[in-house]
Amino acid sequence: MTFAIVVFPGSNCDHDAYHAAKHVLGQDARFVWHKETTLAGADVVILPGGFSHGDYLRTGAIARFSPVMQAVSDFARAGGPVLGICNGFQILLEAGLLPGAMLRNRDLKFHCEHVHVRVEQADTPFTQAASKGRVLRLPIAHGEGNYFAEPGVVAQLEASGRVVFRYCDPHGEVTDAANPNGSVNNIAGICSERRNVVGLMPHPERACESVLGSADGRVLFESVVGALAGGAVARTA
Amino acid sequence: MAIRARVYVTLKPSVFDPQGHTIADALHSMGYAGIGDVRQGKYFELEIDAGTPDSARALAAEVADRLLANPVIESYRVEIAP
Repeated sequence: MTFAIVVFPGSNCDHDAYHAAKHVLGQDARFVWHKETTLAGADVVILPGGFSHGDYLRTGAIARFSPVMQAVSDFARAGGPVLGICNGFQILLEAGLLPGAMLRNRDLKFHCEHVHVRVEQADTPFTQAASKGRVLRLPIAHGEGNYFAEPGVVAQLEASGRVVFRYCDPHGEVTDAANPNGSVNNIAGICSERRNVVGLMPHPERACESVLGSADGRVLFESVVGALAGGAVARTA
Repeated sequence: MAIRARVYVTLKPSVFDPQGHTIADALHSMGYAGIGDVRQGKYFELEIDAGTPDSARALAAEVADRLLANPVIESYRVEIAP
């Protein structure tokens, strides 16, 4: 199956995502420049991490108006699996494909470190190969990952099981000390109402091989490959 | 005619502003005990080709809604320069 990795000016994890899909998972992968208007028959779309448009104005605020975002939005609305990683998550929020917004990290520091997240839901195309409650060790690298939504929106996300990843300690305990950025309810990742659009701040694509310090991120890629092969998610192409 | 609009974007009162908080802390450590809360925002100057100040104001509000402010966390105010 084919992974489309969207490249914005300032994306810097596009090659990591390509490497994970192509060389670690052995799938077809191609880059799609942000000025393209189609996804060229992709089965999965990844919005990679980086600093699109220099993070000017707000993270993701300019990128969401890139021509390719109409195709991404159509793909998502048709049920296609979309994964937004870090800046890709921020772009999904700005585009309204996921609810909420990012604030500066509560300590105003850029955090570049490994953290632990707990898989809260195993019924999304990107987590179906992971068991609920599994703890993943993944790197983060962001200054604006402090997830915020109005209390009513957060309550709705929680009630409908749309919090997919939560920052936790190595034992899976969700504590304030394990929250690197101040995100409400330790939220590290969420999904759309139809569950096919997932965004998270940690970088699974940088943690797919043990030589990189962790292979825990691989399960997200294995999940979507399995989900598509099993017909669990819509193939829109 | 060219009309200058000013757009002020600020975090909503319900949203914690870590930058404003840090600035307030710095001011307090500098001895400015009389300064309470500080909120940091953004300021934009737009030069708009519009027939009337009202149409310039409407256009400034439209671009603030669509791009300059994120309605999830921010609100904005438009002023037309005299």
